[in-house]
Amino acid sequence: MNIVIVGHVDHGKSTVVGRLLADTHSLPEGKLEAVRKECERTGKPFEYAFLLDALTDEQDQGITIDTARCFFKTAKRDYIIIDAPGHIEFLKNMISGAARAEAAALVIDAKEGVRENSRRHGYILSMLGIKQVVVCVNKMDLVERSQEVFDKIEKEYREFLNNIGAVNPKQFVPISALHGENIYDRSKKMSWYQGPTLLECLDDFPKAPPLTDRNFRMPVQAVYKFTNHGDDRRIIAGRIEAGTAKVGDKVLFHPSNKISTIKSIEGFNSTPRSEIGAGWSTGFTLSEEIYVTRGELMSHETQPPQVGTRFRANLIWLGKKPFVPGQDYKLKIHTQSQPVRIHKINKVIDASEAGRTLDKDHVSRHDVADVVLETRQAIAFDVISESETTGRFVIVDGYDIAGGGIIINAVQDNQENLRAEARLRDFNWIKGGVSQSERAQKYRHNPALIMFIGKPGVGKHKYARTIEKSLFGKGCSSYMLDGTNVLLGVDADLVWVESTQQELVRRFAEVAHILLDSGQIVVSTTNAIGLADIAAVQALIPDFQILVIDIDPSGKNIESCDMRLNGQEKESDVFEQIYSLLKKKNIIN
Amino acid sequence: MGSSTIIMDNLDQLEQQSVYIMREAFRHFERLCMLWSIGKDSTVLLWLARKAFFGHVPFPLVHIDTSYKLPEMILYRDRLAMEYKLTMVVGQNKDILSQGKTFPNTQHLPEGHPDKISRVQCCGFLKKDALTHTLNGTWPREKLNLKTGKYEQDPDKAPYHGVIVGARADEEGSRSKERYFSPRDKNNLWDVGEQPPEFWNQFKTDFAPGTHVRIHPLLDWTELHIWEYIKREKIPTVSLYYDQGQGTRYRSLGCGPCQAPIQSTAKNVDDIIEELKSGKLKNIAERSGRLQDGKHGLEELRKEGYM
Repeated sequence: MNIVIVGHVDHGKSTVVGRLLADTHSLPEGKLEAVRKECERTGKPFEYAFLLDALTDEQDQGITIDTARCFFKTAKRDYIIIDAPGHIEFLKNMISGAARAEAAALVIDAKEGVRENSRRHGYILSMLGIKQVVVCVNKMDLVERSQEVFDKIEKEYREFLNNIGAVNPKQFVPISALHGENIYDRSKKMSWYQGPTLLECLDDFPKAPPLTDRNFRMPVQAVYKFTNHGDDRRIIAGRIEAGTAKVGDKVLFHPSNKISTIKSIEGFNSTPRSEIGAGWSTGFTLSEEIYVTRGELMSHETQPPQVGTRFRANLIWLGKKPFVPGQDYKLKIHTQSQPVRIHKINKVIDASEAGRTLDKDHVSRHDVADVVLETRQAIAFDVISESETTGRFVIVDGYDIAGGGIIINAVQDNQENLRAEARLRDFNWIKGGVSQSERAQKYRHNPALIMFIGKPGVGKHKYARTIEKSLFGKGCSSYMLDGTNVLLGVDADLVWVESTQQELVRRFAEVAHILLDSGQIVVSTTNAIGLADIAAVQALIPDFQILVIDIDPSGKNIESCDMRLNGQEKESDVFEQIYSLLKKKNIIN
Repeated sequence: MGSSTIIMDNLDQLEQQSVYIMREAFRHFERLCMLWSIGKDSTVLLWLARKAFFGHVPFPLVHIDTSYKLPEMILYRDRLAMEYKLTMVVGQNKDILSQGKTFPNTQHLPEGHPDKISRVQCCGFLKKDALTHTLNGTWPREKLNLKTGKYEQDPDKAPYHGVIVGARADEEGSRSKERYFSPRDKNNLWDVGEQPPEFWNQFKTDFAPGTHVRIHPLLDWTELHIWEYIKREKIPTVSLYYDQGQGTRYRSLGCGPCQAPIQSTAKNVDDIIEELKSGKLKNIAERSGRLQDGKHGLEELRKEGYM
């Protein structure tokens, strides 16, 4: 079991860990003696913390910079103990440690009481999904082992956790790590405490039950085909995050709405299986070859995940630059990554001060926030109460993971009806005799929709024609779909009322869908039907990629897109750029 | 099929997490390789790669040959490479070797002699420098031709940006601080205070140009796990790990001159597991047989790019 030790700086986390290692005889032979001798030589008083803080800087400064893993065992089981730093600058290191843990021991200094990081760490444990927490009130020897002090800290800290809706600790244990009281050996000097020792608490934590009793979820990590090694299997690989699946199960992929049946469960040097469950990094072959990609979520028919572009989340921000509205970030959730923006900030909380709400329009470093996020394209996810592993995410700013959080609930966007239409259509689609992968193999590219958007007169049509022709010249199967053509034919029956606009977009997307299903790269302009709502189009073609090229001579547009032009670029240059983008997105191989 | 095939034990959990990490690495690095030191850890890593990719190893294995490896290790390396059809790449510090500037060559010189090379310096030349230049492609690499069984100059000189490494957190202090995905800068430097956060299974996979990344799928494994896994999977290992009747064996494999065998009569994997679990090695640090580690030797080497 992985246990993380957290708490405010200097409250004695490393000493607690050092004690655990020493008292359970888990140190290498001679280590304790060597550290004692080194302390004598340098004139420093011996500290159990020296057993852990392995780095030179850490020993010199007497602090833990980064998480260390150590291993110890009790009669009951093996542990990995993760000693996390308490300094605020190293909060990301504390999170990295805690994110690997199943249970936590939070250390509070009896003399100093509940401090800023005692609170912040408590909140973060909760967000990271750690439900098993024991609180150690350390340095009891410095407060004359007073029950009054201990009770006061327990009361104050429980109230704090209650207020922020965080985890409720199983037990508070009064300890003295320095003297080894109530860690392994029961303290004779605190007879007023009748509860378990720290080690007894840890041993009492039940091992988290496997998630096999939940709805089946497997995010697609990759699709492997090692043809050049003489292997014809096309394997959908990933780790099952929840539930179980067996050979013969009908499975759905989200958000693409693809359906197939599990033909086999693949492995290497393992006995053949007909069933597999949560925790396994496995691979399936499917009875019907369908084109699926990384980031899709696999489920059973009757228990689909959420699919949408908006969700409400709690997150913690670690970025040096604040998290601000109007800017594109990258969302990573299970194996999916997508451009994301803040749709709304509900509130920003200072997690170090009893959950005080801050009046802010952005989220700064170390803030905790309640926000609604919006992805450019629909993603498949779960709310955290349904499935932990597919309900949590990180946000990447530039090259760095700058925040992480959990999804509280899905928020309706404007495309729910369109997605329902697409689902119904896709699940009942009568397929022809040629599969999409056969078409992709023949055309040597996957289908995609390139949408030129921008005000009338900026040159969308000119670029679209060039792209269609140049792609065709390179051997691609390309087709230009101008909004006018749809308007004059498919839309000829429509009379203009307010809702007509939506219907124009819907019909445009359905026409595009047929062209895409036939394997083409479709290049489109949409002025004639009004500036098409990309989200609406995507909702109707969830299994095809869209490239959005925004032409904006004003240079002021900040809406999210794949490429932005000012309309003055040479057509051949634009083609080169788009061609390399198509390659980068694996549309053209 | 009963639920027993679905429930995971401790080794299953370690294995499945390592497989997940390896697949993430393969996904995110076009130029990915895996270091194979021929020892037990990186051989387990090789096995895990075959697990992850259903019997294939879809990236090259890189071995840094100090020329002081025990001959059996090289034979074993090439035998497995041929059998598993591995893309096997070998790098070496040929300059230093031809100049003889190594610890074994200069150990007879008196203390303080200007030509004398310490053990740590020798590691720096033969492992750290060779590794850096082999990975970034500035020194020639040799590649095993699977048809002829011979090594040839590798025409591919492009740098590797992702490097899978078999480091375990329980080996020594600085390794216990590693991330699963650990960036190194252009000069291979490891900034311990500035490591990226890892939330759950979301690793840092976006990088500025020039960064290269070490991937550590074995961080949570202990020496005992490694042997238990070798036993369970029946992974072939070098016989130097076992007592051949002299009452000694190697606990970890490095270079001949810096690697002392330990007193042990463990003749097979079962004996080793027994020895680690309850026997004489229970509380003895694994690297105690390595003579170059010293006080902070390894940490300093690691910051500069040593594994």
